[in-house]
Amino acid sequence: MKRLIVLFLALVTLCVTLPVTAQDTMPPAPYAYRQLDDPALEARAQGLMETLRCLKCQSQSIADSDAPMAGDMRHQVRTRIAAGEDPEHIRQWMMDRYGDYVSYAPQVSRTTWPLFAGPLILLAIAALLMWRRFGRRG
Amino acid sequence: MIAELGLAALWLAAALAALQLVAGFLAVRQNAPVGEGELALLVRPAAVVQGVLCAFAFAMLIWLFARTDLSVKLVAMNSHSMKPLVFKIAGAWGNHEGSMLLWVTVMSAAGALIALIERRLPERTMQATLAAQGFVALGFYAFLLFSSNPFERLPVPALEGNGLNPLLQDIGLAFHPPTLYLGYVGLSVAFSFAVGALLTRSVTPDFARAMRPWVLGAWIFLTVGITAGSYWAYYELGWGGWWFWDPVENASLMPWLAATALLHSASVLAARDALRAWTIMLGVVAFSMSMVGTFLVRSGILTSVHAFAVDPERGAFILILLAIYIGGALAVFGLRASTISEGERFALVSREGALVVNNVLLSAILGVVLLGTLYPLLTEAMGVRVSVGPPYFDPASAIFALPMLLVMAAGPLLRWRRDRLQRVGSPLLLAGLVALAGLVVASAWASPGLLPLLGLALGAGLAVASLLPLRGRNLRRLPLATLGMVVAHFGIAVALIGMASDSAFSEERLAALKVGDTAAVGPWKVTLQAVSPVAGPNWNALEGVMAASYAGGEPVLLTPQARTFWAPPQETTESALDTRWNGQLYAVLGKAADGERWQVRLWWKPFVTLIWFGGLLIALGGVLALLGRVAGDLKRRAIRRKGAARRAEVAA
Repeated sequence: MKRLIVLFLALVTLCVTLPVTAQDTMPPAPYAYRQLDDPALEARAQGLMETLRCLKCQSQSIADSDAPMAGDMRHQVRTRIAAGEDPEHIRQWMMDRYGDYVSYAPQVSRTTWPLFAGPLILLAIAALLMWRRFGRRG
Repeated sequence: MIAELGLAALWLAAALAALQLVAGFLAVRQNAPVGEGELALLVRPAAVVQGVLCAFAFAMLIWLFARTDLSVKLVAMNSHSMKPLVFKIAGAWGNHEGSMLLWVTVMSAAGALIALIERRLPERTMQATLAAQGFVALGFYAFLLFSSNPFERLPVPALEGNGLNPLLQDIGLAFHPPTLYLGYVGLSVAFSFAVGALLTRSVTPDFARAMRPWVLGAWIFLTVGITAGSYWAYYELGWGGWWFWDPVENASLMPWLAATALLHSASVLAARDALRAWTIMLGVVAFSMSMVGTFLVRSGILTSVHAFAVDPERGAFILILLAIYIGGALAVFGLRASTISEGERFALVSREGALVVNNVLLSAILGVVLLGTLYPLLTEAMGVRVSVGPPYFDPASAIFALPMLLVMAAGPLLRWRRDRLQRVGSPLLLAGLVALAGLVVASAWASPGLLPLLGLALGAGLAVASLLPLRGRNLRRLPLATLGMVVAHFGIAVALIGMASDSAFSEERLAALKVGDTAAVGPWKVTLQAVSPVAGPNWNALEGVMAASYAGGEPVLLTPQARTFWAPPQETTESALDTRWNGQLYAVLGKAADGERWQVRLWWKPFVTLIWFGGLLIALGGVLALLGRVAGDLKRRAIRRKGAARRAEVAA
């Protein structure tokens, strides 16, 4: 009986998962799971991929995601790096295409300046606290 | 019936929390000794019974999950009859309602414990403390009962449950949330102590000594929880990363940072009667960070600010609770801070001075993490989506972390009150030389980035410096608390070396292998020997059999799996690890590349295990210190009891 249930469940899930897998049957882009032959170039690509967001996942970079879209983006990054493009140039291309959201490295702008002012203000507060506590008595 | 019993216990516990609040508050308000006794007598028992009832309710929930009672909505939504028992039980807290019940259970248990055993403080302060604890608990009971009832029944029982997210069906993760919650909510005790001491104007070294073991206990659980969570993310997510500055990770890091600062400032208050207001402030901040973390994780705001805006009931509830508790505590602090005198003064070059620097810098790191975590939510609410990740957090926190680590090397060597740097110059010179040697060796080995390089050098120097306080001391007569400090600081150095070494020396290899092919990563040669299907209790998997040989040595077998769960349908990767003294080989089996080749991901991560080993050492240091403090307290109690007995004898 138990075996029957298992079999039944397996059949049911087969039906459920088939549509899901159907989307994935497109082969991944060539450089999604393939490294560049030159280790120096691969290291540059890796550095960039670790700071680009996988837009289909929650809080993962494209360097650590199995989502097909992340694979496509890795392919983009690797082929462009191999073609000699500058990583920051590729980042800009990604941001033009997918919005600032795709980059984990926020850039100073009208909306993001507090992110950079924050640590500076904290630094000033820390200095002030120290000075008040210790500075006045030489 | 089980569900109804649990619900009834929960309501009763909430009523007792209210009683605890009112009785404690009245007892503290009436300064007249007459009549105070009766009300005040209720406070401690109320806290104890509340803890017992809440634990009972939680036990009922676990029972429901163990039996897979599908007439209960929560069980039907999150469990499945085919799951292994341990994951059925872990499923009780692997969801929103259950985890909030766990939260209040831990909180009321902590309240019950202080009511039972804490006798060092003036009774009025204790009543105020327990009243505050009851007040906080009351809010979370309301949240649980009005918007997240875990015991809700379905009108018609479900035929089968929805199952638990397969990523969570891992023994490590089953015990990760309870550990973290013990830490999170344990900090509520620090909060209540701080409020109690403020209300009764008794911010004294005794208060710090009474609070310290509780903070220490919570901090140990937080440390273990974060370490375990990081290791879980490392082996379960299948990409070899161990920390991503993800908001959920940050939510656990922030209370840890605050608790670490609190521990150190409480030490100053206990030993030297200084930093009174600052310690109180940190007590409030630490638990506030726990609540902020709970809000972030539990409100759904992280998935999307818009989803949160569409269904804001729960999030708004927690947000209101946050406003009441943090705002209330800060208001009390503002009103009373002026009545707390600053305490003893001290020079910059002194133990206290170093601890103050450590505190300020830890708080600054906390500020950076808080800003980087909350700011994207803020801009998203305004319609602009930005991502803040490692490229921001790494340098921004390093600005403060690096000087803090430098001070940490010197601090424990300094004397209280006033000292000269020359006195500790020569041992520090030794540590500096080791750091320099580390710098040279690391940059000769590979060409890592600036931060990993600094991390390696500082880690090496710090490892030496952290052992220096043992110099010239009789190890057998060393107080346990001091040993704990040395171990914890050494653990920081070890973890730092692990982190830096992982980012500096890791090697990655992606390969599409036929059965029989070999790929090389670092000193390893890995041969794919077979790929075969295997079946588990609620999953099927493809298992790769890989023979990995280190530097031409005897091969070891690794069996990474690609699992497919059927309830709910989801795929996970089970990485396979081979641990050596000098690092870990990390292997993952990916999808079929074409008809006959398999995607294989391999990493060689030198010394990566030091990260978690260091984390455990930090926690062990905490345990040693806690044992030392508790033993000291027990001894003091025994002496006092003997003294009282002798006085009674003499009087008789």
